[in-house]
Formats: sequence, structure tokens, C-alpha cells
Amino acid sequence: MKPATELAPSFDDPVHKGQQAFRAALDALARPGRIECLPGLPERVPGLGAASAAVALALVDFETPVWLDATSQEAADFLRFHCGCAIVDDPRRAHFAFAKGFDTLPSLDSFALGSDEAPEDSTTLIVEVEDLFTEGRLVLTGPGIERQHRLGVAGFDTDRIAERMHLAELFPRGLDVFLTCGQRVAGLPRTTRIHSLRSEPCTSR
Amino acid sequence: MTTHTPSSADHSARQRWMSALARAPRERLETAWTTLAAGKRFTHLRPPETGLVMTRGRAGGSGQRFNLGEITVTRAAIKLADGSVGHAYVAGRDKRQAELAAVFDALLQHPEHHDAIERELIAPLVAAHATARLDAARKAAATKVDFFTMVRGED
Repeated sequence: MKPATELAPSFDDPVHKGQQAFRAALDALARPGRIECLPGLPERVPGLGAASAAVALALVDFETPVWLDATSQEAADFLRFHCGCAIVDDPRRAHFAFAKGFDTLPSLDSFALGSDEAPEDSTTLIVEVEDLFTEGRLVLTGPGIERQHRLGVAGFDTDRIAERMHLAELFPRGLDVFLTCGQRVAGLPRTTRIHSLRSEPCTSR
Repeated sequence: MTTHTPSSADHSARQRWMSALARAPRERLETAWTTLAAGKRFTHLRPPETGLVMTRGRAGGSGQRFNLGEITVTRAAIKLADGSVGHAYVAGRDKRQAELAAVFDALLQHPEHHDAIERELIAPLVAAHATARLDAARKAAATKVDFFTMVRGED
């Protein structure tokens, strides 16, 4: 009775590392665009990056249905076992959605955006990107940022940014996004305004 | 688990050994560990942890369901070196007992270990439990009062 993919263990120190991961996720959303470091896992999780798995262990539980994109399906057993969550096919029913890159992600408004009375009923996206660095092409402004913040995200193309900008009109409805890469995470809450420097080359990288 | 749906025969066989392991005293499991599973390597998927589980009952086994009370339960999940997974839920707070029960659950799923463990550990445990139950039932039966034989006194 062996599952098709081997189950990976959770944090080796579940209480403290879980708290650290929660704190890092909280800080990432409170300070949009600032890159936080998450505690590591003892083994590679099939279908999920280290940072996405750490965010899942900190935030997901039996009350939060999860949607997985095609490449993350392998993580279903891991999430069911360690988080006790349900895996749903309909992105609108999901409280958390995990994806590898923006390519496999359906249009952003196919996820739950919450309602005006309960904006918190929205899906939180956790997207694993190939590269995440400061001083990139994205200029972030809004709550939690004193003036502006620069962030570089690989694969977050102009169409997706435009889509995300359209959602800002729906405020307080919207989507909160975690961008993960390796052990690092950055938050893009719904309140953050994103502009892309298109013509200007990256000044420092 | 969606990746593997065990047949109901697999299911009831596993239920049988998991329940026998859950009831096994720790010393018994320790002895079996040294004799039957010496040198087996495993890692924790979920380190042994203690919590509360609500037990439910039905009056007479068929009445309305009610909450009987909370019971202290220790659970563990382990992974053997070859990736097979064992689970255990054990009453009480003995973490080592839960860990060993989970190891044997994983081993029992292997055809090459199954027969030896079944013969040396599970069968005696099941038999001992059945005898203990029968003893208790016999003791209880001896105290049975048959109310139909009571005659109301006249005064």
C-alpha cells in the first residue's frame, strides 16, 4: 500500500519552524515586495518548492480547500497528510492556490475574489517563480511601502500585471499573492499597486 | 489516498493488525522490535504527538449517537527506508509505543515481513485480546440479575 509519490516529512521542529514560517508570511504581506526567508524542510517536497511548502504548512489547514495547478498535483498527498486540507478542482472554491509560474495559472478572476461584505473569502495565490530579486522592473507602491519598492519577478509578464492591475479596481475584493523562489518569499497583497518599467533597463541586478 | 484505493479485504486485514498493535503493551512491542525488526531504519513523517479525540457511543449499539467523552491519544506516522508508510493511533501518552506500532504497520504491508510478524506478534495479540474479552464477559455474566424471577412481596 505504497502511495505513487513518496510522502515527505514536515518541519523537523514543527512548532518553532511553523511559527517562523507564519511570521515570514505575515511580514511578506505587511511589507509588500520585501523578500523574506522561510525555514527549510528536511526533504524536497514533490510538486512544491521549499518556500511554497513552508507557506502551506504554516497557513493551510482542514478549513481551507486548496487548488493545485497541473505541475503541483504531485503535492496533493503531502498537503492532505500534513495540512489535512481538501484538494478542489474548482479554483473559485479554493482558499489557497499553488502554482508553478504564471503560465499554468488560469485567469486571475477565475479564483475567488471575496465579496464586499467578506473580502477575506478570497483565494490566496502562492506562485513559485524562477527568479525573485530586489531592484527589478516592478515598481510597487501602496500601504506598507514608504515611497516605492522595486522587485524583479521572472515570468510575471505584462499581461499578467495588467490583469492584476484591473483587479485593483474591485477593492476591497481582490487577490493576495505570495511569490516564492527557493527559500524566499515576497508578498503582493491586493492593496499594492504595480507599475512595470518597460523601456528602462534594469539599473542594478 | 487517491493514488491507491485498497480493496475492502486489504482494508479489514489492516484494521485488524492496527487495532491489535494499538492495544499491545509497549514491552511486547519492544521485544518484537528487537527480535523481528532489528536494524530497520525509519524516519518520522509525523513525530509522535499526543492529543484528544472525542469518542462517540450509541446506547445498545443502535441508539442515537452521543459524545461519550474525550480520550487521550498518541499518534505517529513513520516512513521506512524504502518509502512505505505506517500509521498508528494509540490510547494514552506513550510516544514510543505509537512509534513502534507505526513501524510494524509499515512492515506488515510488506509481503516478505508480513507472515513472520503476523505469526509472532499479531496472532498472539489478537488471541490474548479475545481471551481477555471473554473473561470479562464471563465475569459480567455471572453477576447478571434476572428481574423476571423477582416476585413482588405482599404486605
